[in-house]
Parts: sequence; C-alpha cells; structure tokens
Amino acid sequence: MGRKLLLEHINVPGINTFDVYRSKGGYRSVEKALKQLSPEEVVEEVKKSGLRGRGGAGFPTGMKWGFLAKPEGVARYLVCNADESEPGTFKDRYLMTYIPHLLIEGMIVGSYALGAKTSYIYVRGEMMPQIRILEKAIAEARAAGFLGKNILGTGYDLELYVQPGGGAYICGEETALLESLEGKRGNPRIKPPFPAIAGLYGCPTVVNNVESIAAVVPIINDGGEEYAKLGIGRSTGTKLISAGGNLAKPGVYEIDLGLPVEEFLYSDEYCGGIANGKRLKAVVAGGSSVPILPANLFLKTAAGEGRLMSYESLSEGGFATGTMMGSGGFIAFDEDQCIVRNTWNFARFYHHESCGQCSPCREGTGWMEKVLHRLEMGHGTMSDMDLLVDVSKKIEGNTICPLGDAAAWPVASAIRHFRDEFEWHVSHASEAVTRNYGLAHYANPLPKPEPAAS
Amino acid sequence: MLRVENTELVPVEFSTALTNQFADIVSRYPEGKQKSALLPILHLVQAEFGWVSARAMDKVAEYLSIQPVEVYEVATFYTMYFMRPQGKYALEVCRTGPCCLVGAEKIMDHIEQRLGVKEGEVTADGLFSWRGVECLAACGFGPVLQIGPEYTFYEKLTNQSVDQLIEDLKAKANN
Repeated sequence: MGRKLLLEHINVPGINTFDVYRSKGGYRSVEKALKQLSPEEVVEEVKKSGLRGRGGAGFPTGMKWGFLAKPEGVARYLVCNADESEPGTFKDRYLMTYIPHLLIEGMIVGSYALGAKTSYIYVRGEMMPQIRILEKAIAEARAAGFLGKNILGTGYDLELYVQPGGGAYICGEETALLESLEGKRGNPRIKPPFPAIAGLYGCPTVVNNVESIAAVVPIINDGGEEYAKLGIGRSTGTKLISAGGNLAKPGVYEIDLGLPVEEFLYSDEYCGGIANGKRLKAVVAGGSSVPILPANLFLKTAAGEGRLMSYESLSEGGFATGTMMGSGGFIAFDEDQCIVRNTWNFARFYHHESCGQCSPCREGTGWMEKVLHRLEMGHGTMSDMDLLVDVSKKIEGNTICPLGDAAAWPVASAIRHFRDEFEWHVSHASEAVTRNYGLAHYANPLPKPEPAAS
Repeated sequence: MLRVENTELVPVEFSTALTNQFADIVSRYPEGKQKSALLPILHLVQAEFGWVSARAMDKVAEYLSIQPVEVYEVATFYTMYFMRPQGKYALEVCRTGPCCLVGAEKIMDHIEQRLGVKEGEVTADGLFSWRGVECLAACGFGPVLQIGPEYTFYEKLTNQSVDQLIEDLKAKANN
C-alpha cells in the first residue's frame, strides 16, 4: 500500500475540526515555515519536491511560484482554484469536505512563501456546503491564532476568504477565474501578461489547484527531497485520483505516482475492477478533456509495455496511442456503453461551457455537438467523421484558452480509436438507436473477466 | 437562451439583514474593488427571492455603485442564477458523461414523468421545477442532484430515492 500524504487521517472522526486536526500534527508546517524558514526557502523546498500542478496542466508549482513578480509596494495574491468542474473529477470536493484544514494550512504556508497578505479560495458556487465548511475552518484557525494579524507572533499578517463562483466551467481557467473573482464574466484573458505579473486587480498573483496547495503541507513537513522520493521520474509524490464511471468501487484514491494502471483498475485496494462483472471498453484517464483510450491501449502502450499512473507513462505514444494525466479524473466505460453517445454528451458539455469569446470554440463546439447528435440519433452520414476531425483541428490551438483544445481532443480521439463504431452508427442507423455497438475488438487482448461485485 | 424577464411591476426591497450581509462581503476586497462582491451578492439575492429579477439586479448595481448592465452581463453568464421564477424546490440533475454512464438520463426521465412538467417548467402548485445541469463534480457518486439555495446534495439516485425525496419535500413544504 502506498504512503498517504494527504488522506492519511481522512478516516479519523472529527478530522474536519481544528482540535482533532491539530492533535494529528496539523498546522506543523505553518509553525515550521513561519518560524524557521524564509519565504524563499519555502519556495525552494517546493521546487525541490518536483510537485506538478494538480489541476490538469501539470506545470511545476515551485517554478510557478518562482515566476511571481515582486515589485515594491504592490500587493501580491495567492488564489486557490477550487472551481472543480472537469467532468470525471471530484477529488477537491472530497478534500474540502472531509479535511478542510489541510487546504487552509497549505494556503497559509503558500501565502507566506509568496508574501501575500490577502488570499482567496475560489470555490465553485454549487459547492455551497463546502464553502460553509471552509468558512467554519477559517474561523477556527483564526481563533487559534493561525490567521489574522501577527500569526504565531511572527509578525506575518494574513486574511483568507472564500469566494463562491456562479456555475461556469470556464472559471477553472486561471485568468477566467481572476475575472470572475473581480465580479466580471468569466472570459479568459489574453496572455501575456501572465497572472504572475498582472493577475488579480492587476497585481502579481499565483493561482493553484486545491490539491497542489494541500501537497505543500507534507512538502514543508518532511522536506522537498523526501517528497520527491515518492513517485517515478518527473512524476513525484502522490496524486488524488477521482475514479468514476462503471467501476466496482468508485471514489477518491491517493496513489503513489507510478502505480501500474492494471493494479489501480483491478486490485481491491483501489477500484476493484469493473462493476457488475462486465468488461472494460474504454477509459478516460484524466478528466473529460483528455483523449479517450480503448481498453487495450490503456492497459498497455503501443510498444506492449504495461502503463503506469504517471504523467509520462499515460502520455506515452503522444495523442496517436496515448493520453494525459490531466486532473486525475478517471472514467471507466464498460462494454455496454456507447462511445458515440458519450462523445456527443461531452461535446454538448463544451458547447454549453464555451464562454463565447473566440469564434473557433464558440461556433465549433456547437457544430460538433450537432453533428454528433445526428450520428447518435441515426441521421449521420459517412462524411461526418471527417467533418468532425476537420472541425476539431480548426478549434485546437486557435483559441485564447485551453477550453478549445479540451473540446477538440475528446472528439478527435474518439474518432481516432472508435471510427468503426461511428461508421456502424451510419450503416446501421435504425439499429444504432435501439442497441449499442458493444465491445468489438477494443479490448483485444481481452482483460480478464472480473467476478461480479457483491 | 437566457432572457431577462420583464418584471418591472415586482417591487424589490432588500432588508437590513440582507444589506448587512452585503457589507460583510464587500469588506473582503481592497478599497474600490467592491465589484468583486457581485457573485456572492447575487447568490444571497437568489436565496432570498428564489430567483434574480431585473429590479433586483438594478438594486444590486445601485448598492455596488456599478452600472446595471455590469450586473446583467454577469447574471446571465453564470448558469446558477435563475432569470425567471422557479419552483420552491429547484431540482438540478447532473447530465454530464460520468453520471450518464450510471443512469442520469433515466433519472431525468423519471423526474419529468413524476413531476409532470418539462425541464425548466414549474409544477402547478409552485413547489417543484427541474433541469439538467453540467458536471457537479461528484462523478463517483452518480447519479446526483442538488437543490438550492443550500445546494444540498443527493447521491446515487434511484427512482425510489427520487420519489422519496419528492415526498419528503412536499411534506416539508406543507408544514
């Protein structure tokens, strides 16, 4: 069993309260950072840890912190991105619900490292219960002297606030999030300037995912080098995986990066195999926007090597035969699922969530949704697949923010790997609306059938 | 898609308790950045009135010293703000991929049949409305639905649990 860094105490009764959390060694990293380390040394530890942004992009957190501009007399901000809305991802909700103080602790250390006097946690509006949980946790931390003026007598002041969003996927993009936090529509900004130079209110700002900020706590407690010993290669540490879809045991799992995919999927310690004894058809490994892979390519790379849960191994083979780690939103599809219907569903999602700023995304996502809808409903033509690939290519890379790419990849990859299923929807149109295509050759070699979940 | 209802005849007054909450939110931001309070304030307005009317938005603009259009453009951009009256209990069912893999579409069909109203409509007794919404970040516990203004969460829905929920809410409303 891998070592738990974030979820070690998740099952302790009352861990959501300050007293229990503190009794389990909580807020040690705040004491260590504020009393023993300079802000630069904290940043240095995070750099040494090799921690990569857990929101999806995988950009090294320490490097991001290092880029922050520090002009004299200008406020700096740390903003936590808790606008978790990538389909398939629910780890941040889990973390904030059950162990909110871990995030607060990370925010204090991070704010100290960056020299921020005011920090915000931007939580998606639908998570009102989590917002109340965080506000209570902040009040407890403040009462214990970990927030407010002169924290622990070190002279460092910090105010921490929770900001609700309004229900927009695009606000998970960091500049759209900042716009939203300023009370505007969530339209992503043109970069440069990057938030590290001009972010919230035009001031230097760092935006980090909930899990990235939480990971700072064990990094400071044990040291960056210790953290970097976990994991594999440039994928250091542990990662929360949100496992959903047709799994026997869906849920949030903390894994050491580098865990074999097959073990994660089939061992009882993790997902426990596919629900109801069915067979695996396909997997979306890192949230809806990463390319979908058929079972055979997911379990083994094109070269025949067993795949690992790491940034590098999942992207082995590029987009031709690989995928991405993304946000760790792991969605498993069993043999009864229809890839065309699911691709249509995802295309509808991106059409709905496109902010409308860039024409390729605004028009292209709607176009793809329409074409996929007619394919699913049995009105498609054989040229539709090429049309979809063509539209997706024209969106990809031609938009201000990555939502365009995120909308293009699932469609392009579904056609790349499941073209015969799409063609079957055209050639057997009347049949396709009453039954699904099934497993076909996608799971060749077939994964071993699993006993039915009891 | 979204349309601002013409509700000039509906007067809107903000109570002192409500404006006190507004003031608390405004105090979180630096001087002159009070517009940051817009999203949280709109949530409070919706919790108070059940939806966000044009008159309410005008009042919010006045409170924050910004132009009414700055409020309209934000309220219509974000999907959580209702631009027309809803049922007392507005059921929002996740309709995105992972939830559909575990039966969200059937749950929506069941709700439509059970309540007897189409998506976006309100039942005759004014108690219920429903709609499909995009991913609610609970993909491991699907199908899920939420009910504002507390955004209470109901997980692993079945037709039976939906029926039970609707009965419970009816009983709650009648007490």
